[in-house]
Amino acid sequence: MAYETRVDGRKHNELREMSAKVGVIPNAAGSAEFRIGKTWAIAAVYGPREVFPRFLAKADRGILRCHYGMMPFSGSGERIRPGRSRRAQEIAMVMEKSLNPVLDLKAFPKAQVEVFVDLPQTDAGTRCAAISAASMALADAGIPMTDMISAVAVGTVDGTVVADLDYNEESYPAAVSDIPIAMTHKDKKLTLLQMDGDVSKEALINALEMAKEATERIYELQVKALKEKYAAEDKQ
Amino acid sequence: MISNAPTIHALAKQGKRLDGRSMNEFRGPITVKTGISWTAEGSAQVQIGETVVMAGVKLSLEKPYNDTPDQGGIMINAELLPLSNPDYEPGPPGMKAIELARVTDRGIRESHAIDMKKLCITPGEKAWFVIVDVISVNDAGNLYDAASLAVMAALKSARFPEVDPETGAVQYKKKTDTPLPIVKNPISVTVYKIQGQLLVDPSLDEEEVFDARLTVASDTDGTISAMQKGGDTPLTVEEVDQMVTLALEKAQELRAKLVEFVQ
Repeated sequence: MAYETRVDGRKHNELREMSAKVGVIPNAAGSAEFRIGKTWAIAAVYGPREVFPRFLAKADRGILRCHYGMMPFSGSGERIRPGRSRRAQEIAMVMEKSLNPVLDLKAFPKAQVEVFVDLPQTDAGTRCAAISAASMALADAGIPMTDMISAVAVGTVDGTVVADLDYNEESYPAAVSDIPIAMTHKDKKLTLLQMDGDVSKEALINALEMAKEATERIYELQVKALKEKYAAEDKQ
Repeated sequence: MISNAPTIHALAKQGKRLDGRSMNEFRGPITVKTGISWTAEGSAQVQIGETVVMAGVKLSLEKPYNDTPDQGGIMINAELLPLSNPDYEPGPPGMKAIELARVTDRGIRESHAIDMKKLCITPGEKAWFVIVDVISVNDAGNLYDAASLAVMAALKSARFPEVDPETGAVQYKKKTDTPLPIVKNPISVTVYKIQGQLLVDPSLDEEEVFDARLTVASDTDGTISAMQKGGDTPLTVEEVDQMVTLALEKAQELRAKLVEFVQ
Protein backbone atom coordinates (compact mmCIF):
# COMPACT_ATOMS: atom_id res chain seq x y z
CA MET A 1 0.00 0.00 0.00
CA ALA A 2 1.58 3.22 -1.14
CA TYR A 3 -0.15 5.64 1.22
CA GLU A 4 0.62 4.58 4.80
CA THR A 5 1.91 7.75 6.49
CA ARG A 6 -0.52 10.62 6.06
CA VAL A 7 0.70 14.00 4.78
CA ASP A 8 0.33 15.58 8.23
CA GLY A 9 1.26 12.43 10.16
CA ARG A 10 -2.21 11.61 11.54
CA LYS A 11 -3.43 8.07 12.17
CA HIS A 12 -5.79 6.83 9.44
CA ASN A 13 -8.90 7.34 11.55
CA GLU A 14 -7.66 10.46 13.34
CA LEU A 15 -9.47 13.77 12.85
CA ARG A 16 -7.69 17.11 12.81
CA GLU A 17 -7.73 19.14 16.01
CA MET A 18 -11.26 20.36 16.67
CA SER A 19 -13.00 22.94 18.81
CA ALA A 20 -16.64 23.91 19.23
CA LYS A 21 -18.37 26.78 20.93
CA VAL A 22 -22.05 27.62 21.33
CA GLY A 23 -23.53 31.13 21.61
CA VAL A 24 -21.04 33.10 19.52
CA ILE A 25 -23.51 35.50 17.83
CA PRO A 26 -25.50 37.43 20.48
CA ASN A 27 -28.04 38.75 17.91
CA ALA A 28 -29.08 35.25 16.79
CA ALA A 29 -31.69 32.94 18.34
CA GLY A 30 -28.99 30.28 18.42
CA SER A 31 -25.40 30.15 17.21
CA ALA A 32 -22.25 28.06 17.22
CA GLU A 33 -18.81 27.79 15.73
CA PHE A 34 -17.01 24.61 14.72
CA ARG A 35 -13.32 24.40 13.88
CA ILE A 36 -11.59 21.39 12.41
CA GLY A 37 -7.97 21.92 11.40
CA LYS A 38 -7.83 25.27 9.63
CA THR A 39 -11.49 25.13 8.57
CA TRP A 40 -13.71 27.42 10.64
CA ALA A 41 -17.52 27.57 10.31
CA ILE A 42 -19.76 30.03 12.16
CA ALA A 43 -23.52 29.31 12.22
CA ALA A 44 -26.40 31.54 13.28
CA VAL A 45 -30.08 30.59 13.51
CA TYR A 46 -32.90 33.11 13.10
CA GLY A 47 -36.55 32.27 13.52
CA PRO A 48 -39.04 30.70 13.55
CA ARG A 49 -40.15 33.77 11.58
CA GLU A 50 -42.23 34.70 8.56
CA VAL A 51 -41.39 33.10 5.21
CA PHE A 52 -40.40 35.19 2.20
CA PRO A 53 -41.31 34.46 -0.55
CA ARG A 54 -44.59 33.30 0.94
CA PHE A 55 -45.31 30.49 -1.53
CA LEU A 56 -42.54 28.48 0.15
CA ALA A 57 -44.52 28.33 3.39
CA LYS A 58 -46.14 25.03 4.43
CA ALA A 59 -49.54 25.06 6.09
CA ASP A 60 -48.81 22.14 8.41
CA ARG A 61 -45.21 22.80 9.50
CA GLY A 62 -42.30 25.17 9.52
CA ILE A 63 -39.54 24.93 6.94
CA LEU A 64 -35.76 24.95 7.30
CA ARG A 65 -33.70 27.16 5.01
CA CYS A 66 -29.93 27.02 5.02
CA HIS A 67 -27.42 29.48 3.61
CA TYR A 68 -23.72 28.80 3.11
CA GLY A 69 -21.02 31.34 2.32
CA MET A 70 -17.26 31.44 2.18
CA MET A 71 -15.93 34.86 3.17
CA PRO A 72 -14.09 36.51 0.25
CA PHE A 73 -10.70 36.00 1.94
CA SER A 74 -11.36 32.42 3.12
CA GLY A 75 -9.97 30.53 0.13
CA SER A 76 -6.33 29.51 -0.07
CA GLY A 77 -5.92 31.10 -3.52
CA GLU A 78 -7.28 34.30 -5.01
CA ARG A 79 -10.07 36.35 -3.44
CA ILE A 80 -13.51 34.78 -3.85
CA ARG A 81 -16.04 37.19 -5.33
CA PRO A 82 -18.91 37.77 -2.90
CA GLY A 83 -22.36 36.52 -3.80
CA ARG A 84 -23.83 33.05 -3.88
CA SER A 85 -22.15 30.73 -6.34
CA ARG A 86 -23.82 27.58 -7.64
CA ARG A 87 -21.51 25.63 -5.37
CA ALA A 88 -22.75 27.61 -2.35
CA GLN A 89 -26.37 27.07 -3.37
CA GLU A 90 -25.89 23.33 -3.75
CA ILE A 91 -24.16 23.08 -0.38
CA ALA A 92 -27.00 25.04 1.23
CA MET A 93 -29.47 22.57 -0.29
CA VAL A 94 -27.62 19.47 0.94
CA MET A 95 -27.32 21.10 4.38
CA GLU A 96 -31.12 21.30 4.51
CA LYS A 97 -31.40 17.64 3.50
CA SER A 98 -28.84 16.70 6.15
CA LEU A 99 -30.56 18.48 9.02
CA ASN A 100 -34.26 18.09 8.18
CA PRO A 101 -34.57 14.43 9.29
CA VAL A 102 -33.93 15.35 12.94
CA LEU A 103 -35.93 18.59 13.03
CA ASP A 104 -39.52 18.70 14.22
CA LEU A 105 -41.03 21.93 12.89
CA LYS A 106 -44.71 20.93 13.25
CA ALA A 107 -45.17 23.53 15.96
CA PHE A 108 -44.28 26.34 13.53
CA PRO A 109 -46.73 26.16 10.56
CA LYS A 110 -46.16 28.80 7.85
CA ALA A 111 -42.88 29.85 9.48
CA GLN A 112 -39.26 29.32 8.58
CA VAL A 113 -36.15 28.61 10.59
CA GLU A 114 -33.09 30.03 8.84
CA VAL A 115 -29.52 28.90 9.34
CA PHE A 116 -26.68 31.07 8.05
CA VAL A 117 -23.20 29.58 7.96
CA ASP A 118 -20.18 31.68 7.01
CA LEU A 119 -16.54 30.62 6.95
CA PRO A 120 -13.64 33.00 7.71
CA GLN A 121 -10.98 30.44 6.69
CA THR A 122 -11.05 27.03 5.04
CA ASP A 123 -8.89 23.96 4.44
CA ALA A 124 -11.29 21.35 2.98
CA GLY A 125 -14.28 19.81 4.77
CA THR A 126 -16.27 23.05 4.75
CA ARG A 127 -19.74 21.56 4.15
CA CYS A 128 -19.24 19.07 6.98
CA ALA A 129 -18.02 21.77 9.36
CA ALA A 130 -21.01 23.89 8.29
CA ILE A 131 -23.46 21.07 9.09
CA SER A 132 -21.84 20.28 12.46
CA ALA A 133 -21.97 23.98 13.41
CA ALA A 134 -25.56 24.36 12.13
CA SER A 135 -26.75 21.38 14.16
CA MET A 136 -25.38 22.91 17.37
CA ALA A 137 -26.82 26.33 16.52
CA LEU A 138 -30.29 24.80 15.97
CA ALA A 139 -30.08 23.07 19.35
CA ASP A 140 -28.93 26.32 20.95
CA ALA A 141 -31.94 28.09 19.40
CA GLY A 142 -34.23 25.60 21.13
CA ILE A 143 -35.63 24.21 17.87
CA PRO A 144 -37.23 20.81 18.61
CA MET A 145 -34.85 18.08 17.46
CA THR A 146 -34.97 14.31 17.78
CA ASP A 147 -31.21 13.84 17.43
CA MET A 148 -27.95 15.63 16.68
CA ILE A 149 -26.30 15.62 13.26
CA SER A 150 -22.52 15.27 13.08
CA ALA A 151 -20.65 15.55 9.80
CA VAL A 152 -17.14 14.78 8.57
CA ALA A 153 -15.44 13.75 5.34
CA VAL A 154 -13.97 10.30 4.95
CA GLY A 155 -12.32 8.92 1.85
CA THR A 156 -9.40 7.12 0.33
CA VAL A 157 -5.93 8.28 -0.65
CA ASP A 158 -4.16 5.87 -2.98
CA GLY A 159 -6.39 3.04 -1.74
CA THR A 160 -5.99 3.77 2.00
CA VAL A 161 -9.17 4.63 3.90
CA VAL A 162 -8.76 7.82 5.97
CA ALA A 163 -10.94 10.22 7.94
CA ASP A 164 -11.15 14.02 7.60
CA LEU A 165 -9.08 14.75 4.49
CA ASP A 166 -7.43 18.16 4.38
CA TYR A 167 -6.58 20.11 1.24
CA ASN A 168 -3.17 18.44 0.86
CA GLU A 169 -4.79 15.02 0.87
CA GLU A 170 -7.63 16.02 -1.45
CA SER A 171 -4.99 17.14 -3.95
CA TYR A 172 -2.62 14.20 -3.36
CA PRO A 173 -1.07 13.04 -6.66
CA ALA A 174 -2.75 9.58 -6.71
CA ALA A 175 -6.27 8.18 -6.75
CA VAL A 176 -8.23 10.08 -4.10
CA SER A 177 -11.85 9.90 -3.03
CA ASP A 178 -13.57 12.49 -0.87
CA ILE A 179 -16.81 11.35 0.78
CA PRO A 180 -18.51 14.02 2.87
CA ILE A 181 -21.11 12.44 5.13
CA ALA A 182 -23.46 13.50 7.91
CA MET A 183 -24.87 11.04 10.42
CA THR A 184 -27.51 10.81 13.08
CA HIS A 185 -26.15 9.88 16.50
CA LYS A 186 -28.70 7.33 17.74
CA ASP A 187 -28.89 4.91 14.82
CA LYS A 188 -25.92 6.07 12.69
CA LYS A 189 -27.95 6.75 9.57
CA LEU A 190 -26.55 8.84 6.75
CA THR A 191 -28.29 12.17 6.04
CA LEU A 192 -25.54 13.47 3.75
CA LEU A 193 -23.63 11.32 1.31
CA GLN A 194 -21.62 12.75 -1.53
CA MET A 195 -18.51 11.43 -3.17
CA ASP A 196 -15.94 12.73 -5.60
CA GLY A 197 -12.98 10.87 -7.03
CA ASP A 198 -12.07 7.28 -7.41
CA VAL A 199 -13.07 4.51 -4.98
CA SER A 200 -13.81 0.77 -4.93
CA LYS A 201 -17.06 -0.52 -3.43
CA GLU A 202 -15.14 -2.27 -0.67
CA ALA A 203 -13.18 0.84 0.29
CA LEU A 204 -16.38 2.89 0.21
CA ILE A 205 -18.06 0.64 2.77
CA ASN A 206 -14.94 0.63 4.93
CA ALA A 207 -14.85 4.43 4.78
CA LEU A 208 -18.52 4.64 5.82
CA GLU A 209 -17.81 2.32 8.75
CA MET A 210 -14.93 4.62 9.76
CA ALA A 211 -17.37 7.53 9.53
CA LYS A 212 -19.48 6.07 12.36
CA GLU A 213 -16.59 6.33 14.76
CA ALA A 214 -15.42 9.70 13.39
CA THR A 215 -18.85 11.33 13.75
CA GLU A 216 -19.04 10.00 17.31
CA ARG A 217 -15.97 12.15 18.19
CA ILE A 218 -17.72 15.17 16.70
CA TYR A 219 -20.96 14.37 18.51
CA GLU A 220 -19.13 14.27 21.86
CA LEU A 221 -17.62 17.68 21.15
CA GLN A 222 -20.99 19.16 20.06
CA VAL A 223 -22.72 17.97 23.24
CA LYS A 224 -19.84 19.21 25.39
CA ALA A 225 -20.02 22.67 23.79
CA LEU A 226 -23.80 22.86 24.35
CA LYS A 227 -23.45 21.76 27.96
CA GLU A 228 -20.68 24.28 28.56
CA LYS A 229 -22.92 27.16 27.52
CA TYR A 230 -25.90 26.06 29.57
CA ALA A 231 -23.82 25.08 32.61
CA ALA A 232 -22.37 28.61 32.55
CA GLU A 233 -25.90 30.07 32.31
CA ASP A 234 -27.13 27.95 35.23
CA LYS A 235 -24.45 29.34 37.50
CA GLN A 236 -25.53 32.92 36.86
CA MET B 1 -43.13 46.43 17.75
CA ILE B 2 -42.17 48.27 20.90
CA SER B 3 -39.93 51.23 20.14
CA ASN B 4 -37.40 52.72 22.51
CA ALA B 5 -37.47 55.97 20.53
CA PRO B 6 -39.43 58.11 23.05
CA THR B 7 -37.18 56.99 25.91
CA ILE B 8 -33.98 57.55 23.94
CA HIS B 9 -35.20 61.02 22.95
CA ALA B 10 -36.21 61.95 26.50
CA LEU B 11 -32.92 60.71 27.94
CA ALA B 12 -30.84 62.40 25.22
CA LYS B 13 -32.30 65.79 26.17
CA GLN B 14 -30.83 65.24 29.64
CA GLY B 15 -27.52 64.06 28.20
CA LYS B 16 -28.25 60.44 29.18
CA ARG B 17 -28.43 57.12 27.35
CA LEU B 18 -30.55 53.98 27.58
CA ASP B 19 -27.60 51.77 28.58
CA GLY B 20 -26.30 54.23 31.15
CA ARG B 21 -23.20 55.30 29.24
CA SER B 22 -22.13 58.92 29.03
CA MET B 23 -22.61 60.55 25.62
CA ASN B 24 -18.95 60.37 24.61
CA GLU B 25 -18.26 56.90 25.99
CA PHE B 26 -17.59 53.81 23.83
CA ARG B 27 -18.87 50.39 24.86
CA GLY B 28 -16.33 47.99 26.24
CA PRO B 29 -14.46 45.86 25.72
CA ILE B 30 -12.72 47.18 22.61
CA THR B 31 -10.44 44.46 21.31
CA VAL B 32 -8.46 43.92 18.12
CA LYS B 33 -7.25 40.45 17.17
CA THR B 34 -5.09 39.94 14.06
CA GLY B 35 -4.21 36.80 12.13
CA ILE B 36 -7.67 35.27 12.48
CA SER B 37 -7.71 33.82 8.94
CA TRP B 38 -4.74 31.90 7.54
CA THR B 39 -6.09 32.19 4.00
CA ALA B 40 -6.00 36.01 4.00
CA GLU B 41 -2.77 37.93 3.51
CA GLY B 42 -3.82 39.95 6.55
CA SER B 43 -6.86 39.71 8.81
CA ALA B 44 -8.40 41.10 11.96
CA GLN B 45 -11.42 40.80 14.21
CA VAL B 46 -12.58 43.89 16.07
CA GLN B 47 -15.01 43.90 18.93
CA ILE B 48 -16.69 47.01 20.33
CA GLY B 49 -19.10 45.89 23.03
CA GLU B 50 -21.25 43.23 21.36
CA THR B 51 -20.45 44.44 17.84
CA VAL B 52 -18.03 42.14 16.03
CA VAL B 53 -16.58 42.65 12.55
CA MET B 54 -13.89 40.82 10.63
CA ALA B 55 -11.66 42.19 7.89
CA GLY B 56 -9.51 40.21 5.47
CA VAL B 57 -6.92 41.42 2.98
CA LYS B 58 -6.32 39.69 -0.36
CA LEU B 59 -3.53 40.82 -2.69
CA SER B 60 -3.30 40.24 -6.41
CA LEU B 61 -1.04 41.30 -9.26
CA GLU B 62 -2.84 43.37 -11.89
CA LYS B 63 -2.16 45.85 -14.67
CA PRO B 64 -2.12 49.40 -13.21
CA TYR B 65 -4.83 51.88 -14.25
CA ASN B 66 -3.94 53.96 -17.31
CA ASP B 67 -4.01 57.26 -15.39
CA THR B 68 -1.71 55.94 -12.62
CA PRO B 69 0.67 53.56 -14.43
CA ASP B 70 3.25 53.68 -11.61
CA GLN B 71 0.84 52.79 -8.78
CA GLY B 72 -1.03 49.84 -7.31
CA GLY B 73 -4.56 50.12 -6.00
CA ILE B 74 -6.85 49.52 -3.05
CA MET B 75 -10.52 48.64 -2.78
CA ILE B 76 -12.62 48.12 0.32
CA ASN B 77 -15.83 46.11 0.22
CA ALA B 78 -18.36 45.49 2.99
CA GLU B 79 -20.71 42.53 3.47
CA LEU B 80 -23.55 42.82 5.98
CA LEU B 81 -24.11 39.13 6.61
CA PRO B 82 -27.63 37.91 7.43
CA LEU B 83 -25.80 35.88 10.09
CA SER B 84 -25.02 39.12 11.94
CA ASN B 85 -28.42 40.76 12.31
CA PRO B 86 -32.03 39.57 11.87
CA ASP B 87 -32.78 42.51 9.54
CA TYR B 88 -30.16 41.63 6.92
CA GLU B 89 -31.19 39.52 3.94
CA PRO B 90 -29.17 37.39 1.53
CA GLY B 91 -28.53 38.93 -1.85
CA PRO B 92 -26.55 41.74 -3.46
CA PRO B 93 -25.36 44.52 -1.13
CA GLY B 94 -27.97 47.12 -0.24
CA MET B 95 -27.39 50.85 0.23
CA LYS B 96 -26.29 50.40 3.85
CA ALA B 97 -23.46 48.04 2.87
CA ILE B 98 -22.49 50.18 -0.12
CA GLU B 99 -22.26 53.36 1.98
CA LEU B 100 -20.31 51.59 4.74
CA ALA B 101 -17.81 50.27 2.18
CA ARG B 102 -17.40 53.59 0.39
CA VAL B 103 -17.00 55.69 3.53
CA THR B 104 -14.47 53.21 4.98
CA ASP B 105 -12.66 53.10 1.62
CA ARG B 106 -12.37 56.89 1.34
CA GLY B 107 -11.10 57.29 4.89
CA ILE B 108 -8.13 55.08 4.07
CA ARG B 109 -7.61 55.89 0.38
CA GLU B 110 -7.71 59.68 0.75
CA SER B 111 -5.33 59.71 3.71
CA HIS B 112 -2.75 58.02 1.44
CA ALA B 113 -2.22 55.48 4.22
CA ILE B 114 -0.62 53.10 1.72
CA ASP B 115 2.25 54.26 -0.48
CA MET B 116 0.68 53.25 -3.80
CA LYS B 117 3.91 53.77 -5.75
CA LYS B 118 5.63 51.13 -3.66
CA LEU B 119 2.97 48.65 -4.80
CA CYS B 120 4.10 49.01 -8.40
CA ILE B 121 6.41 46.34 -9.77
CA THR B 122 6.65 47.23 -13.47
CA PRO B 123 5.11 50.61 -14.46
CA GLY B 124 2.21 50.20 -16.84
CA GLU B 125 2.36 46.43 -16.54
CA LYS B 126 2.24 44.99 -13.08
CA ALA B 127 1.37 46.23 -9.59
CA TRP B 128 -0.10 44.90 -6.36
CA PHE B 129 -3.79 45.53 -5.79
CA VAL B 130 -5.17 45.35 -2.28
CA ILE B 131 -8.75 44.26 -1.62
CA VAL B 132 -10.09 44.39 1.92
CA ASP B 133 -13.42 42.77 2.73
CA VAL B 134 -15.16 43.88 5.91
CA ILE B 135 -17.68 41.37 7.24
CA SER B 136 -20.24 42.02 9.97
CA VAL B 137 -20.38 39.07 12.36
CA ASN B 138 -22.62 40.55 15.05
CA ASP B 139 -24.04 43.98 14.26
CA ALA B 140 -24.96 45.58 17.57
CA GLY B 141 -24.40 49.14 16.31
CA ASN B 142 -21.56 51.40 15.11
CA LEU B 143 -20.27 49.31 12.21
CA TYR B 144 -18.56 52.41 10.78
CA ASP B 145 -15.98 52.79 13.52
CA ALA B 146 -15.50 49.03 13.96
CA ALA B 147 -15.01 48.60 10.19
CA SER B 148 -12.37 51.31 9.94
CA LEU B 149 -10.42 49.89 12.88
CA ALA B 150 -10.66 46.33 11.52
CA VAL B 151 -9.49 47.35 8.04
CA MET B 152 -6.45 49.20 9.42
CA ALA B 153 -5.56 46.28 11.71
CA ALA B 154 -5.91 43.79 8.83
CA LEU B 155 -3.78 45.98 6.54
CA LYS B 156 -1.07 46.36 9.18
CA SER B 157 -0.96 42.61 9.78
CA ALA B 158 -0.78 41.76 6.06
CA ARG B 159 2.32 40.19 4.51
CA PHE B 160 3.02 39.87 0.78
CA PRO B 161 2.77 36.36 -0.68
CA GLU B 162 5.67 34.96 -2.66
CA VAL B 163 5.72 35.27 -6.43
CA ASP B 164 7.05 32.50 -8.62
CA PRO B 165 10.08 34.03 -10.39
CA GLU B 166 9.54 31.81 -13.46
CA THR B 167 5.81 32.14 -14.11
CA GLY B 168 5.05 35.33 -12.19
CA ALA B 169 2.15 33.56 -10.45
CA VAL B 170 1.26 34.57 -6.89
CA GLN B 171 1.93 31.73 -4.43
CA TYR B 172 -0.75 32.43 -1.89
CA LYS B 173 0.26 29.64 0.47
CA LYS B 174 3.75 31.09 0.96
CA LYS B 175 3.93 34.40 2.79
CA THR B 176 7.02 36.62 2.91
CA ASP B 177 7.95 38.76 5.95
CA THR B 178 7.32 41.96 4.00
CA PRO B 179 4.46 44.13 5.27
CA LEU B 180 2.44 46.55 3.13
CA PRO B 181 3.94 50.05 2.74
CA ILE B 182 1.63 51.64 5.33
CA VAL B 183 2.66 55.18 6.19
CA LYS B 184 -0.35 56.47 8.15
CA ASN B 185 -2.95 55.31 10.66
CA PRO B 186 -6.29 56.85 9.63
CA ILE B 187 -9.18 56.05 11.96
CA SER B 188 -12.88 56.85 11.50
CA VAL B 189 -15.13 58.01 14.30
CA THR B 190 -18.82 58.65 13.74
CA VAL B 191 -20.59 61.24 15.87
CA TYR B 192 -24.37 61.03 16.10
CA LYS B 193 -26.84 63.77 16.88
CA ILE B 194 -30.04 62.90 18.74
CA GLN B 195 -32.33 65.67 20.02
CA GLY B 196 -29.59 68.26 19.65
CA GLN B 197 -27.15 66.20 21.72
CA LEU B 198 -23.99 64.58 20.36
CA LEU B 199 -22.92 61.04 21.13
CA VAL B 200 -20.52 58.35 19.91
CA ASP B 201 -20.65 54.57 19.49
CA PRO B 202 -24.44 54.19 19.09
CA SER B 203 -26.32 51.03 19.98
CA LEU B 204 -28.76 49.57 17.41
CA ASP B 205 -31.62 51.36 19.20
CA GLU B 206 -29.84 54.69 18.91
CA GLU B 207 -29.01 54.09 15.23
CA GLU B 208 -32.74 53.74 14.57
CA VAL B 209 -33.69 57.14 15.96
CA PHE B 210 -30.74 59.46 15.23
CA ASP B 211 -31.27 62.81 13.54
CA ALA B 212 -27.86 63.22 11.90
CA ARG B 213 -24.46 61.61 11.90
CA LEU B 214 -21.01 62.62 10.76
CA THR B 215 -18.23 60.13 10.07
CA VAL B 216 -14.79 61.72 10.30
CA ALA B 217 -11.63 59.87 9.22
CA SER B 218 -8.50 61.45 10.65
CA ASP B 219 -4.80 60.75 10.94
CA THR B 220 -2.53 60.90 14.02
CA ASP B 221 -1.79 64.61 13.49
CA GLY B 222 -5.49 65.48 13.24
CA THR B 223 -5.56 65.81 9.45
CA ILE B 224 -9.02 64.88 8.20
CA SER B 225 -9.06 62.61 5.14
CA ALA B 226 -12.75 61.87 4.61
CA MET B 227 -16.17 62.79 5.97
CA GLN B 228 -19.72 61.67 5.40
CA LYS B 229 -22.85 63.24 6.77
CA GLY B 230 -25.82 60.96 7.17
CA GLY B 231 -29.37 61.33 8.43
CA ASP B 232 -32.20 63.62 7.39
CA THR B 233 -31.57 66.55 9.73
CA PRO B 234 -29.29 69.45 8.74
CA LEU B 235 -26.27 70.48 10.80
CA THR B 236 -25.05 73.98 11.67
CA VAL B 237 -21.40 74.90 11.20
CA GLU B 238 -21.10 75.12 15.00
CA GLU B 239 -22.40 71.56 15.32
CA VAL B 240 -19.93 70.32 12.71
CA ASP B 241 -17.17 72.02 14.71
CA GLN B 242 -18.23 70.18 17.87
CA MET B 243 -18.67 66.88 16.04
CA VAL B 244 -15.24 67.04 14.41
CA THR B 245 -13.62 67.98 17.73
CA LEU B 246 -15.23 64.98 19.43
CA ALA B 247 -14.35 62.68 16.52
CA LEU B 248 -10.67 63.69 16.58
CA GLU B 249 -10.51 63.15 20.35
CA LYS B 250 -12.10 59.69 20.14
CA ALA B 251 -9.97 58.72 17.13
CA GLN B 252 -6.90 58.94 19.37
CA GLU B 253 -8.55 56.46 21.76
CA LEU B 254 -9.26 53.97 18.97
CA ARG B 255 -5.81 54.49 17.42
CA ALA B 256 -4.29 53.59 20.79
CA LYS B 257 -6.09 50.23 20.48
CA LEU B 258 -4.56 49.73 17.04
CA VAL B 259 -1.09 50.35 18.48
CA GLU B 260 -1.82 48.25 21.60
CA PHE B 261 -3.07 45.16 19.77
CA VAL B 262 -1.25 45.23 16.41
CA GLN B 263 2.52 44.50 16.49
